Amino acid sequence: MSTLSIQNLAVVVGEQQILKGVDLEISSGQVHAVMGPNGAGKSTLSNVIMGKPGYQITSGSIELDGRDLSSLPTWERAQAGLFLAMQYPTEVPGVSVRETLELALRSRGTENIDVASRLDEEADQIGLPTELLERALNVDFSGGEKKRNETVQLAVLAPQIAVLDELDSGLDIDALRACAERIEAMTNDGLGVLCITHYHRLLDHLIADHVHILVDGQIAESGGPELARELEDDGYSRFIDSDEEVEGVSVAIGGRAETKNAAISDSEDPFADPVV
Amino acid sequence: MAPTIAGPFENSERVDLIGSSAFLERRQEAEERASQRGVPSFEEELWRYTPIADLDTSKYRLEAPGGSIVDAGLVEGIENEAAAIIEVVDGQIVSTVINDEAIGVHSEGIEMENAVGSVIPIGADFFTDCNLSYCTAPVVIEIERNSVVASPILVRQHTTTSEIVWFPRLVVLMGENSEATVVEHQTSPSVRALVCPVNEIKVAQAARLNYLTVQEHGPEIWQISTQVAEVQRDAHVALSQVALGGSYARARIDTEMAGKGSSGEISAIYFGRNDAQHDFRTFQKHEAPHTNSNLLFKGVVDDDSRAIYTGLIRIEAEAGDVNAFQTNRTLKLSESAWAESVPNLEIENNDVKCSHASAVGPIDEEQKFYLESRGVPADIAEALVVKGFFADVLEGLPSRPIAQAIDERIEQLVALDKERL
Repeated sequence: MSTLSIQNLAVVVGEQQILKGVDLEISSGQVHAVMGPNGAGKSTLSNVIMGKPGYQITSGSIELDGRDLSSLPTWERAQAGLFLAMQYPTEVPGVSVRETLELALRSRGTENIDVASRLDEEADQIGLPTELLERALNVDFSGGEKKRNETVQLAVLAPQIAVLDELDSGLDIDALRACAERIEAMTNDGLGVLCITHYHRLLDHLIADHVHILVDGQIAESGGPELARELEDDGYSRFIDSDEEVEGVSVAIGGRAETKNAAISDSEDPFADPVV
Repeated sequence: MAPTIAGPFENSERVDLIGSSAFLERRQEAEERASQRGVPSFEEELWRYTPIADLDTSKYRLEAPGGSIVDAGLVEGIENEAAAIIEVVDGQIVSTVINDEAIGVHSEGIEMENAVGSVIPIGADFFTDCNLSYCTAPVVIEIERNSVVASPILVRQHTTTSEIVWFPRLVVLMGENSEATVVEHQTSPSVRALVCPVNEIKVAQAARLNYLTVQEHGPEIWQISTQVAEVQRDAHVALSQVALGGSYARARIDTEMAGKGSSGEISAIYFGRNDAQHDFRTFQKHEAPHTNSNLLFKGVVDDDSRAIYTGLIRIEAEAGDVNAFQTNRTLKLSESAWAESVPNLEIENNDVKCSHASAVGPIDEEQKFYLESRGVPADIAEALVVKGFFADVLEGLPSRPIAQAIDERIEQLVALDKERL
């Protein structure tokens, strides 16, 4: 039995206070959905749990079974039992899924897992062509392939707690069903899930025990699955003070784009091949 | 036989400069031009950011003692299947093996003399002039028209003697509609020597040449190399450089799309450790219509190393319907490493598609985060990202086994030690 406990978590990105005291507790076998409008801090929550650089925790804690993770580097959090399925899985040229998972599992001392056959098995079950396991991570993968790939890795790595950041974005309904069903099955084997989503769609396939509404960096309301259905009908309007338009508000991750030399921005990859 | 005037380099051993009297006259003219011009200054645009001011020509003796090659290095295994192997050590051709009748190799006589200097004229540059006057072991490789040489031609260029200077000269003449791959392998142990190779390439109509230079010099070598490829109508050249060694390693690479419909792909991988300096100057010259060129240079500077890239795309007025691209990316892995990248365009025609991009920066944090989030330790994640950075250039190299060997060498350079896990 594992528990991810997030207490009074406040996070600053650049100058901006994004999370303003979030409390969540996810235990083995549970599915918690965090829903909210754009700009509420959903992606910040998932990234900060995993320790992505660029987020500053100003108060609160992130603990897994009583161990404070908040000062650990990302890979140690992963080895402690966390997994993040990314909204936009990063393309990593020249590095295959197989190589990555072999290194990841070997470095945590999981010698007795046959990574190769586990990967093949899960890829077959989740519907990811096994040849993609040999190719560069996420490079030229379709939206569905990227999310299936995240799910395959989740299944092989078998963490205690998985954070799913908008698993339902950018993929077709078949892929969504395949991913959700596999994750649902893993929860029966004890996986705890923090499922971050904008829409209700994912929750038709991955049943949430608890639903939390994140608005403006705080949990505005928590409840059971019925809360998600209510949102489907009414949207987020009753959680938002004014009638200001929140659609389209995005969270800018400051810093890097401003660095003179790096010339990196999220919208434009300076390393993109201009020839294509 | 030897030129008698006092040239830029001291010919202490009176090396035997071969050739007919007409050729010796050209050599002498080149030497005079080099003497007049003198060693270039770092104030010249083409030598900006370089340590050329540190070059003391009196420290190197012009000699051609020859020697032998002991280590196959990154081309290990290639010799077993090579269509030809030519070994040149310290100014001497020490071995020539030809296994394909479409290949002609000339090291003297009229074929050699006509070929040497056929692409690079006298007066082009101090080092190319010195090379013409002092090259002791010119090699001309000629591929018969309409023939395909399926296996690579391996040219090994090895330097073993300390304090010498020598001038490798290699000319590749691709007959019409011929196809070949040349691998030039430059090696040396840890000796202080100066090597100034000149490589002339002529790709006749509809011919296709892959030319890969693998430079794994010892850490004290200065190498100043010049490569010029002239690409005729509907012909194609792919020039790749892998530069891993040397104290100062410079490569000037000119690709001339001289005939209609010709094309060039130019790529490089460079990796600087310690205080090594890599220096690349590229020219993509479009002289004819319907021509394409695409350049992709990727490198790493680590420790106190430096890398300079400057590139020019030049499109002449008569060259319409041209696509020309240039990309240079350098990863800076340490605070004290330094890299500069200067792309340039000169376009005299409106009907062109051109782009240039350059970036010097740290490794991609998003990629590193992705790998770490799977549980890959930070140092290994970083090494994987650096290794992966080279993947597209490696994929384009004309030899799978060499690309594989380079990939493994890069793993060593980034200290990707999977076995320790």
